[in-house]
Amino acid sequence: MFGYLVRRVLAAVPVMGVVALFVFLLLRLTPGDPAAILAGDNATPERLERIRTSLGLNEPLYVQFFTWIDRLLHGDLGVSLISNVPVMKMISSRIEPTISIALSTIVLSILIAVPLGVIAAWKRGTWIDRFVMGLSVIGFSVPVFVIGYVLIQVFAIDLHWLPVQGFRSLSKGFGPFLERLVLPTLALSFIYVALIARMTRAAMLDVLDEDYVRTARAKGITESGVLLRHALRNAAVPVITVIGTGFALLISGVVVTESVFNLPGIGRLTVDAVLARDYPVIQAMILLTSGIYVAINLLIDLAYTLLDPRIRY
Amino acid sequence: MSTVPSSRPVALDIRDLVVRLGKGPTADKIIDGVSLQVREGETLCVVGESGSGKSVTSLTVMGLLQKGALVPSAGSVRLVGEELLIASDKRLRQLRATTMAMIFQEPMTALNPVVPVGRQIDEVLRVHTGLDAKARQQRILAMMEQVRLPDVKRIFKSYPHQLSGGQRQRIMIAMALVLEPKLLIADEPTTALDVTTQKQILSLIRELQKDHGTAVLFITHDMGVVAEIADRVMVMRQGRIVETGALDDILRAPKMEYTRNLLASVPSLVPRTPRPASSEPVVLETSGLGKIYRERSFFGTAREVAAAQDVTLTLRKGRTLGIVGESGSGKSTVARCIVRLIDPTSGEVRLRGSEISTLSRQLLRPHRKHIQIVFQDPYRSLNPRVTVGETIAEGPINYGVPRAEALKRAGELLELVDLPADAISRYPHQFSGGQRQRIAIARALALDPDVLVADEAVSALDVSVQAQVLELLDEIQTRLGIALLFITHDLRVAAQICDEVVVMQHGRVVEQGPAGEILTHPQQAYTRQLLEAAPGRGWDFANFQPVAPELQASAASPAE
Repeated sequence: MFGYLVRRVLAAVPVMGVVALFVFLLLRLTPGDPAAILAGDNATPERLERIRTSLGLNEPLYVQFFTWIDRLLHGDLGVSLISNVPVMKMISSRIEPTISIALSTIVLSILIAVPLGVIAAWKRGTWIDRFVMGLSVIGFSVPVFVIGYVLIQVFAIDLHWLPVQGFRSLSKGFGPFLERLVLPTLALSFIYVALIARMTRAAMLDVLDEDYVRTARAKGITESGVLLRHALRNAAVPVITVIGTGFALLISGVVVTESVFNLPGIGRLTVDAVLARDYPVIQAMILLTSGIYVAINLLIDLAYTLLDPRIRY
Repeated sequence: MSTVPSSRPVALDIRDLVVRLGKGPTADKIIDGVSLQVREGETLCVVGESGSGKSVTSLTVMGLLQKGALVPSAGSVRLVGEELLIASDKRLRQLRATTMAMIFQEPMTALNPVVPVGRQIDEVLRVHTGLDAKARQQRILAMMEQVRLPDVKRIFKSYPHQLSGGQRQRIMIAMALVLEPKLLIADEPTTALDVTTQKQILSLIRELQKDHGTAVLFITHDMGVVAEIADRVMVMRQGRIVETGALDDILRAPKMEYTRNLLASVPSLVPRTPRPASSEPVVLETSGLGKIYRERSFFGTAREVAAAQDVTLTLRKGRTLGIVGESGSGKSTVARCIVRLIDPTSGEVRLRGSEISTLSRQLLRPHRKHIQIVFQDPYRSLNPRVTVGETIAEGPINYGVPRAEALKRAGELLELVDLPADAISRYPHQFSGGQRQRIAIARALALDPDVLVADEAVSALDVSVQAQVLELLDEIQTRLGIALLFITHDLRVAAQICDEVVVMQHGRVVEQGPAGEILTHPQQAYTRQLLEAAPGRGWDFANFQPVAPELQASAASPAE
């Protein structure tokens, strides 16, 4: 098991290397002079030269790459072209809202969607099943921002139960933190619940037809025991997969959610950077999201081996 | 086998049971008026072909019918006097495993793959007894020893995929019998096992039954198994009882036409009269054929598995060569190497004199049409979205035959395999298993091959259908002079269709020669073991009598 873990982590290194190379070349291979792109249309020749020197653009390409990697490994992601603030600092100051929403969304979605999917599969063909599936169609088809605005209208403006927007750090108390997290999390959870519930139902339907479920019933086990101990455990692999790959949805959803609820997260930071062509920030964001993807894939693979003894490690 | 005295209490009593396909009084009857009794210590075999309702009957007893889909609508099912059809779900759960238990056909799929087998048995005790963990484990280990599992402490912690098929079925049996139920329902428990394992499992069930006085309701389609294990036999067909009687009476003097036909379809283990030796040209030859699988690993050394080694065989025009062996013997690997569905790693394959084992895809193409294959499962080997005519015509069209001509020929081939001409525009799902296998044979014949490879081609079929397909193959061989390479695990089938037999074990040829010789005077221990394990070997079912002793495979006369 430990050997497998080490192998998998080592296998992630070349992947991240390729990503780093791509990110590095992104700027260098863009047509035209990188310094001119960075400096913008109205830059003076002196400013261009300063940028060239600071980025080491006069060095050979491979020297530039290794210098860049070396800095990267030391936590130096460069400096924003717009605000002149180190990128690392920009990210660390804006990552809390994003992580908070992402984690709470995943946890909430799993808590809601897995039981819904299990019940829908167990009661297949009944009104419960149709209700859950109908709900999931709505979850898929209504855009996040619509759900967000509806939630704000109902719970913040009409009922005054929760704040309209904004974010309060966890360090300033759990109450205010949670209060501002509820609506964004709910809005973002819709599509995620739809996705996981649907997958759980499909996986459970497959598993419920298996012979070992019949064996479990023949042993005189209660239905809940059959569903949880025998069926769900076997249905877990595809469900875990979809939870992981659904992260792609989550990241794009976070950008919209942050805008709707006016949260100072990295989603908006990315959008702003793209619009302003703030290349160092864009590079850092690509690295960050790829790193998250690689890490999640690693976790999924590890989860497989824990859930299914037939998967060898 | 002795009959169980009628003084023993009745464990299971089914009377006039009717099961319908759905609710409502007009729904189709799947089970129509079935009555049966099983006494303690008695084994009642329910025999029937697919669709006879034998499994539905057993699932009704256990209360495991799919809710709403299959509904018992009349009659009674009494378990040790208690009516089950009106019992609550809770009561049924209490009775399962404690008073009635069931073992299933496929021990791989019947066990939960992600839970260690010991814990799966433990679950039964946790649900139904108040024993503490230590007492439970002791009882489980004792039960596992009773079902003759080796190294029980290790197996207790093993997952199903780490055990062999026989061991898994022993786990199922241990799980079913750990609480000493009055009734054991065994639904085709040995069908998925090799003959030698089957023999062990059958005698294990017999022994445990004797020790515990269990009533056994044994469901099977295999007359050989019936002859081994039954006290009494009930023959079912299309949801109705055909006849019931003591084992001997049913085998010697069946009263009903259907039972007679069923018995007559069972191929005899006594080989058919040999055909005169052939001097026709050799169409297929292999020498030293082998297939080694290399498993690469990231670190560590590569593992090698020899699926087949040093297989040399010869097949003449118009003859039938059988390759027999248990699962994992390499018989299918050899067949697939010969047809070049997989590439052999050593040796030669000569088809009509040309060496084809190393030809590239391109160069192999002209040879492909001379050798064709029919697979085991006709439900999966035909493309469900392509019409039968298109399926048959596809091969010839690939080789340049004009479409219209190929379709016309497809029609003729369907006639040859006794299917109606209008089958050509229909889809596979509109046909029964036997009909589909005829279609598969017609497809293989469409290219006028010299060699037809049949890989377990009749194994998935009911005996009566199997008999018809074997007859068809024989007829085609006589008419077209085709050579047959017949892969089978069933010695009975081999005895009835093969001229020569190759016996394989662990990827190697153990023994080969004329079928009449090998199957009556085997020289090798393994071949003898196979023959002795063949269920019902003492019976000549088709002639309703025991096999004359002089015709039985002699266990004596070992190799000099």
